[in-house]
Amino acid sequence: MAERSAASRRSLTAVLVLVLSFLYIPIAVLVALSFNEGGLPTVWTGISVKWYGALFSNRDILSAAFNTLIVALISTTIATVLGTLLALGIETRRRKGRALEALVFAPMIIPDIVLAIALLSFFSLLKFPMGLHTIILSHVVFNLAFVSAVVRAKLKSFDWSVTEASADLGASAVTTFRRVTLPLIAPAVIAGALLAFTLSVDEFIIAFFTSGAGRSSTTLPMQIFAMIRFGVTPEINALATLVMVVSVTALALSQRINKGIVAP
Amino acid sequence: MSTLLSVDHVTKRFGAVTAVDAVSLDVKENEFFALLGPSGSGKTTVLRMLAGFEIPEEGRILLDGKDISRVPPNRRPVNLMFQSYALFPHMTVAGNIAYGLEVEGLPRPEITSRVGEIMEITELAPFARRKPDQLSGGQRQRVALARALVKRPRLLLLDEPLGALDKKLRAAMQLELKRLQHDVGITFVIVTHDQEEALVMADRVAILQDGRLVQCGTPHEVYEHPANRFTANFIGVMNFFDENGRTVAIRPERLRVFAEGTERRIEGTVIATAYHGLDLQLHVRTDLSSEPFVVRLTAEAADRRPVAEGDTIPIGWNTSDTRIFTD
Amino acid sequence: MPAEVVRVIPQKTRSTVLMVPALAWLTALMVVPCGLILALAFFRRGIYGGIEYTFTLENFALLLDPLYAGIFLTSARIAGLATLIAVVVGYAAAYAIAAAPRNRQPILLFFAILPFWSNYLIRTYAWIVLLNREGLITQGLRLLGYEGEPPSMLYTEGAVIVGLVYNYLPFVILACYAPLSRLNPELAEASSDLGASAFTTFRRVILPMTIPGIAAGAVFVFVLSIGNFITPALLGGGRFQMIGNLVYAQFLTANDWPFGAALSMALIAIMLGLLTLQAMVAEKTAGETREQSDG
Ligand SMILES: Nc1ncnc2c1ncn2[C@@H]1O[C@H](COP(=O)(O)OP(=O)(O)O)[C@@H](O)[C@H]1O
Ligand SMILES: [Mg+2]
Repeated sequence: MAERSAASRRSLTAVLVLVLSFLYIPIAVLVALSFNEGGLPTVWTGISVKWYGALFSNRDILSAAFNTLIVALISTTIATVLGTLLALGIETRRRKGRALEALVFAPMIIPDIVLAIALLSFFSLLKFPMGLHTIILSHVVFNLAFVSAVVRAKLKSFDWSVTEASADLGASAVTTFRRVTLPLIAPAVIAGALLAFTLSVDEFIIAFFTSGAGRSSTTLPMQIFAMIRFGVTPEINALATLVMVVSVTALALSQRINKGIVAP
Repeated sequence: MSTLLSVDHVTKRFGAVTAVDAVSLDVKENEFFALLGPSGSGKTTVLRMLAGFEIPEEGRILLDGKDISRVPPNRRPVNLMFQSYALFPHMTVAGNIAYGLEVEGLPRPEITSRVGEIMEITELAPFARRKPDQLSGGQRQRVALARALVKRPRLLLLDEPLGALDKKLRAAMQLELKRLQHDVGITFVIVTHDQEEALVMADRVAILQDGRLVQCGTPHEVYEHPANRFTANFIGVMNFFDENGRTVAIRPERLRVFAEGTERRIEGTVIATAYHGLDLQLHVRTDLSSEPFVVRLTAEAADRRPVAEGDTIPIGWNTSDTRIFTD
Repeated sequence: MPAEVVRVIPQKTRSTVLMVPALAWLTALMVVPCGLILALAFFRRGIYGGIEYTFTLENFALLLDPLYAGIFLTSARIAGLATLIAVVVGYAAAYAIAAAPRNRQPILLFFAILPFWSNYLIRTYAWIVLLNREGLITQGLRLLGYEGEPPSMLYTEGAVIVGLVYNYLPFVILACYAPLSRLNPELAEASSDLGASAFTTFRRVILPMTIPGIAAGAVFVFVLSIGNFITPALLGGGRFQMIGNLVYAQFLTANDWPFGAALSMALIAIMLGLLTLQAMVAEKTAGETREQSDG
């Protein structure tokens, strides 16, 4: 924007500082407390990683973490394949219907609670036993929508003439996909997968409703929810810090990859 | 020379638009054939049907006497050099060129030697390991050409191959392409909207207008005997005037200033002069037509009897040099 | 090579085949289940909590019961306040980012959005850490010499609103930044050149052109807030029921699925209504912008 007076520049900077402080102070406090030796929020007794150690001897947390990993890995894999194919299908159509757009957009905006109870009703009316597998089935729904959105964004600027060039040079449709299309959209596919993984690791409500009764299918967010209800503990602080590190790393990675080493 | 390619009453529609309308033409073995027409006349669509990316609704395409109109692109011994080049951005120059041979399943040593050979011919060897985005426009154009040529197709299709190059490079590449075609002995069908380019390069030219074939012939034939008013106007410069309900046309170089010894003679006023290097172009307003006549005068003639703007001069011609159009 | 006539699969068929697995998945696990709860909303609750398959509109009538209508109003008030605050703060932040030097904008935007990608529960929990009786804010006050009872900040409506604003602010910043960054700086210059004050320029030129971003951000915050169940549960301590909590209760404690389904449908209706409104705003602005560039 245009040049502005020193006063207005200062006030814009002040806005940024205030907003960023609002966004980061709560998180920073949480992270700091997770390293507080004494564990009390009131007194700082020195730096320690003992609360992280405690996490790794808590069997409930370990099993929840394991469940979350299973759910996230499997649902991300399925969603990446389906979402990428969907994106390719939509973007190679000459005309796009409004109904189709709405259908693939819906999983991203529908309130979690609605999808959660819809799936719960669906599985229970079918008498479908619930557990980790139903969480996986459910997570694929929104994960595939996000993967396809990321891949479609990439395909919008994709130069399809290279796939014709490949066919012209003698390649079959499968070879063209493997050697030309896929390498060129790979950054978007990987970014989409990382995004889906993050969403799945963090997702609470749908997992909560579709996990069935047993404790054996508790995921990490469900475990965190249960722990939070007991109040503030140094263990939750440590766990929260670890989960944030995982999500944010995956996201930063996804951003970086999709900026495109290969892309023009 | 025998016929390599026959396009037989081929029609292609996109919805309400008839992009190609009952076009028939033959291309001979080893010919340099040009498809010429203004933008939107259906040139690219013809080429895409030859390559296999579009299927004609009517008519047949015969290559070596066999109907290929429904054979998919990857099974045709035909290669296309894309207007946008369509180079694979994630592969090196050598990788781009080798691709077509790799998918054919040729043994590695043969691929290496053929790729090396074509890179020598097209002077790309120094850039073998570069990616397309590290090349200049002219170099990219050569990679696209080499990538198609290395397949040794029966027929090479080129869609506006020089369109993205600047004027000077274009002129050099026109001759270069012609030399290359001669050396490799492959039949070329080239698309262009530049009539001068078509006349310089091609053995024969087909002129398209609104999806229909208007005329097909050698550059000399289409220049000297245009089939209709459209062709006459599209190729080179032509003067038109109406006489006895007919349209009469004559080329600028057939008009003679001062009308010495010509059958027809009229008076006109010079309203503009323009230098074109070797010759001088005069715009002469006469009573015969609303548009001024374009008249060519050689530099030598201009030196002998100088002509200036505002002069009234006689111009003349012989009736054998005129063309009559009734459309 | 023999000239062979191979059956060419039309591009349209190929595209459709690629879409089938994903569309089948979405149909089976989103369209059908949502259709199911739409149907459920028209059935009666069984005596022992099951479903009695007789058609009724009772569940929708119950939405108008003062008790439930009250919860709708509370939810709408909380969501509305959260939306208002988030939009004002978010727009200001987006404006400040768009005004920063071009090369610094991506990194500022990245940091504004980053928190959005951490776990929602954890971001909400962070406010419990700050707001609880022995939390950091109380301690801060003590350091400043405050001696009385710790102020009750957690489990208030204010806490719920702060939590919602905190969680959705990054999205509003993103939504408002997009149109702001596309604004042609010459427009603002032209306006001030024509003698408009900075405030007039903002009100007459910048604000109208960035309304779609504001609308998108506002709809998002409002819809997700009114249907929220985590934030009221954790920061409201169950004292502030919002529609989300009500739905939760019908399915997991009260066992009145048909009424829960009707509540969900009401949520979806609110969402669709607001999205339509937003689309209209976007279209209108797009039309006006086009006229401006034509004229
Ligand atoms: N894929 C397509 N869909 C619809 N119309 C097309 C398509 N390809 C070409 N056309 C139309 O067919 C006509 C001929 O186009 P084209 O063959 O590209 O002409 P040229 O290459 O001579 O400029 C144009 O009117 C163009 O708009
Ligand atoms: Mg063309």
